[in-house]
Amino acid sequence: MGNVLTIVVQRLLLGLLTLLVVSIVIFLAVNALPGDFAEAILGQGATPDAIATIRRDLGLDQPLVVRYFSWLSGILRGDLGISFAQLNFRTNLGGAGDVGVIDQIAPRLSNTLFLALVTAMIAVPIAVALGVLAALFRNSVFDRVANITTLSSISSPEFFMAYVLILFLAVLNPILPSLSNIYDGMPFAERIEKSLLPALTLTLVVTAHMMRMTRAAIINLLASPYIEMARLKGMSPMRVIVKHALPNALAPIINVIALNLAYLITGVVVVEVVFVYPGIGQLFVDSVKIRDIPVVQACCLIFAAAYILLNLTADILSILSNPRLRHPK
Amino acid sequence: MSTLLKIRDIRLEGRSDEKWNPIINGVDLTLQKGEVLGLIGESGAGKSTLGLAAMGFTRDGVRISSGSVEFDGIDLVNASAAVKRSLLGKRIAYVAQSAAASFNPAHRIIEQHFEGPTQHGVMSKAESIADGVELYEKLRLPNPEEIGFRYPHQVSGGQLQRAMTAMAMACRPDLIIFDEPTTALDVTTQIEVLASIREIVEEYDTAAIYITHDLAVVAQMADQIKVLLKGDEVETADTRTMLSAPTQDYTKSLWAVRSFERPTKPAVIGGAVPVVSVRNVDAAYGTVPVLHDVSFDIHEGRTVAVVGESGSGKSTTARCITGLLPPKAGEIAFDGNVLPADYRKRNKDQLRQAQMIYQMADTALNPRMSIGNIIARPVQFYSGLTGKDLRARVDKLLDQIELEPSQYFNRLPSELSGGQKQRIGIARALAAEPKFIICDEVTSALDQLVAEGILRLLAKLQDELKLSYMFITHDLATVRAIADEVVVMKDGRVVEQGEKKAMFTPPHHAYTDLLLSSVPEMDPDWLTNLLQERGVDNIGDAAVGKM
Repeated sequence: MGNVLTIVVQRLLLGLLTLLVVSIVIFLAVNALPGDFAEAILGQGATPDAIATIRRDLGLDQPLVVRYFSWLSGILRGDLGISFAQLNFRTNLGGAGDVGVIDQIAPRLSNTLFLALVTAMIAVPIAVALGVLAALFRNSVFDRVANITTLSSISSPEFFMAYVLILFLAVLNPILPSLSNIYDGMPFAERIEKSLLPALTLTLVVTAHMMRMTRAAIINLLASPYIEMARLKGMSPMRVIVKHALPNALAPIINVIALNLAYLITGVVVVEVVFVYPGIGQLFVDSVKIRDIPVVQACCLIFAAAYILLNLTADILSILSNPRLRHPK
Repeated sequence: MSTLLKIRDIRLEGRSDEKWNPIINGVDLTLQKGEVLGLIGESGAGKSTLGLAAMGFTRDGVRISSGSVEFDGIDLVNASAAVKRSLLGKRIAYVAQSAAASFNPAHRIIEQHFEGPTQHGVMSKAESIADGVELYEKLRLPNPEEIGFRYPHQVSGGQLQRAMTAMAMACRPDLIIFDEPTTALDVTTQIEVLASIREIVEEYDTAAIYITHDLAVVAQMADQIKVLLKGDEVETADTRTMLSAPTQDYTKSLWAVRSFERPTKPAVIGGAVPVVSVRNVDAAYGTVPVLHDVSFDIHEGRTVAVVGESGSGKSTTARCITGLLPPKAGEIAFDGNVLPADYRKRNKDQLRQAQMIYQMADTALNPRMSIGNIIARPVQFYSGLTGKDLRARVDKLLDQIELEPSQYFNRLPSELSGGQKQRIGIARALAAEPKFIICDEVTSALDQLVAEGILRLLAKLQDELKLSYMFITHDLATVRAIADEVVVMKDGRVVEQGEKKAMFTPPHHAYTDLLLSSVPEMDPDWLTNLLQERGVDNIGDAAVGKM
């Protein structure tokens, strides 16, 4: 196991380095946005004086490098800054009533993670099971129908799938609520019920990738000598696929699952808007609109970290799925 | 004796180029209970296809177009998939060529062993594990109690092959198909596996079809031999008759292949500067030492065969010479001048002088480049020729390897046979106009007749161009055919070296002796005599270990 541990530590360090590079890119990109918070909040009738005052108060007049390092050192101390939009101007900066970026993001992030988790619980088993069945009955009617259905659901715009689901599951057959306005302290069961429609919409979006990768990874292995051996031992087709092919096909499947999970955390703005779900995506878009830079940067950093972390986990799991690495000679 | 397997006028077809092409054209086969039939022929003769058809099984893209396969009164051609599944593994078992590829890497060996018995309801898991340990013991696997609980990659090739034989035996089948089970093994390992297979098949009175292209091997194993050529039966006879009095020309030509031998060249003149000189080379992969103090010389126009089992450091030595793996100590000299250790530091002329031909022509040729381009690239790189001159040079090279330029220039590697591909590999090496070529197991993936053609071509080129060869091989018949000098390697050391004649005449170094005596001979009593001579516990790995 020694070499596995080394690989994990290496990857972790590499992940941190990537994050540092990403932080620079984020900072420069956000900085390249036209206009700033002062202009956005004061509107068209703003006097240059007023704009300058706000800029000075927020530190926006400092040079780029200084601002980057003060932001970076804040992150290292666990302080993501203060949300511009929630500032209490009467008491000046840092006074009572200011809302830290963390306080603002935390509940939204946990909502998003919750939705991603519910979706994954539905989508991953369905996708893998469909992939296995499609590989088992490859080139059959079932295989084609599964492929066409998942492909068309991924090819339609998310909002369209969302409205179709609302139409069928909320309007014509009022089974599920069409609004997902969850709040803190909501009972768990109700929370699940409210999140179910957006989760189903997202399931339709992410299943195709995972299913097709599962199918392809398994079919890729079917020409291997050990699969032929299993068939020549008289094993049933189902057993050949599940017991002999699937364990060797895990690495690519795990990777595509991780990519889709990352998408569920970072890319679900449209679905959040349709269902009025208070997730981090909406917060992000709103913050960009009013140039609430600390929040925008924090969101970007979290998205990047989610991608890096999930890919890292996928790498490690793929390594662990290889018996050659788990059980060295 | 009663008939176990009866195949009548079987025809098999394979799908390629949008149509069905014949693979087996009406072959009959009858096997009595407990009898071993050897099936021999070149690759492409349809041996494996026929062997699998005896199990009622065809690979994807292959079909049985007519004929019958009757196993113990059951019609396997028309049987349902469920009926066939109930027989496969339980009453008919299969042992594949590469155990390393045919064991599932994700499961422990014993899990794959008891899968058959438990799924077919022959034994419980505990019974099957106990039985497996007993079989491992009978097959003389080391640590029989423990070896099954390892993963396939943790066990050596020869041991895996025996574990696979044990797996085939798990349900005590009536018939086992052995598909080239020792082709991928070293000679010393091969003996152990052959002895184990023969013993266990005799002990349980199992019938077997033994598929191989090695006549000497089949002579040890089979009661009866059937020779196939391009899907047709050439002849069938009991082993001794077949060996002593083959009736067909094709069979006779197979028997004759092993007789190719080059005339001995005059000895090297004292004081001549060798073309290549390997001097006290140590090498390692990372921290794992592979070579220890390896030294030998190769003189102009001569062939030095480097022999040894897999893992003995033959190919690593080649990598050191070409500069792909800079040695840890020692040096490589060319015409008396020491070469930079790393190929990146060698100049074009130094690079040009040493070329390589690889074992797997399939993977050594770019499948998307035409033959003409494959050969033209090194010509252009080393000589800078372009246009008409380049084309003329490529044509000449194709002539030299005895392939018609106008026919082959625009073909892709996939349109060539194995032997032709290897010829392209030779032309590509010649393109650089080298003085020295490393041939890394260049004939071991080829059939005997084709391999002989390649050896003859290499010999002809050597005479014409004064080439020096380093010939890496584990096949001593090849050594006998082509070498002038022999270097025997074991565990990264040179254990013996000298003129071929001296090497093949006793007394030998103990290891050389073991290698030489392990090469199967056409005598059907060879294995029996050898085992008696050495004692059953003193063959193969065990014997190597005692040195």
